[in-house]
Amino acid sequence: MAKFGRKGKGGMPGISTASLPDIVFMLLFFFMVSTVMRETTLKIEQKLPGATEVKKMERKSLVSYINIGKPRPTFQSMYGTEPRIQLNDAFAKVADIRNYITAEREKMDEKERPLMTVSLKVDQKTKMGIVVDVKQELRKASALKINYSTRKVEVIE
Amino acid sequence: MARKSKETPEINGGSMADIAFLLLIFFLVATTMDIDTGLSRQMPPYNPEAQESKDEIKERNVYVVLINSNDQILVEGQPMNVHKIREAAKEFIVNPENKSNLPEKRPVEIDFLGEKMVSKGIISLQNDRGTSYGMYIKVQNELIAAYNEVRDEVSMREFGRRFDDLVKEKQDAIKEYYPQIISEAEPKNIGGK
Repeated sequence: MAKFGRKGKGGMPGISTASLPDIVFMLLFFFMVSTVMRETTLKIEQKLPGATEVKKMERKSLVSYINIGKPRPTFQSMYGTEPRIQLNDAFAKVADIRNYITAEREKMDEKERPLMTVSLKVDQKTKMGIVVDVKQELRKASALKINYSTRKVEVIE
Repeated sequence: MARKSKETPEINGGSMADIAFLLLIFFLVATTMDIDTGLSRQMPPYNPEAQESKDEIKERNVYVVLINSNDQILVEGQPMNVHKIREAAKEFIVNPENKSNLPEKRPVEIDFLGEKMVSKGIISLQNDRGTSYGMYIKVQNELIAAYNEVRDEVSMREFGRRFDDLVKEKQDAIKEYYPQIISEAEPKNIGGK
């Protein structure tokens, strides 16, 4: 032991790992609270356009989503490469939108129905034709509050 | 019975960190931090009978923005780059020198602000079915930005604060002073795409 006599004096004492679970739990709770689970799987390619004047959407429960874009490669054999509409988990036609809006409206509280917002998540390469058709259908279904979903950018290119 | 232990042995807490890490990694992977952001618009109700009564609105009060199927922009008959729209639209909205080719104004009594001359201007945005959505959003964004800048300026002048920092009543007053009217006509299908 004499040979290794210096060992006890020099060197740093090991860091106590007793507080590690506490730190990890803290992080865990942060992520648990901030997590928003993705409800639907996107079957379309979607790169949202950028805009500078964006506003945050206030209440998620009042928002229904309509996705439009080119089908992902795995679905292209079945659905082609033309932009298509996706409602919830399935591809849909323009005519299906009215039923979708009615169904979404039914889910809401009666008081909140006038506040319903439809968020259009449209790929930036999509042509306006399909978007216009969708907007017309929304007007017919009297879902007049819409939101063009965009990314926040500092300058538009 | 003699061998009955006096107390239950303590559970080893050493693996707690491992379990917590496992959960942490799961949530890290599952998290999508993106908050939904976007441009909010209000559409007019669907009414096939009431077709546009454009003839009532004077030409000087309408700011026509056209986007064709090649994403080219025509503003009041002049081709324009998307980045110039903001300044041009601001001039239309404010009409600072009361030019005769820019919109008329009418006096309106507004809370907090007193009697102000409110412009009768309307921005009319028209796109083709072949216009790309990206360009459409860019133009929409520039038009909204023009209104927001005008409102910010008047808010700084009247209340010494940015528009977003005002209380709701004062925001409403400024909204009344500079109402955001962007009308979207039915799109044409000229590009044939």
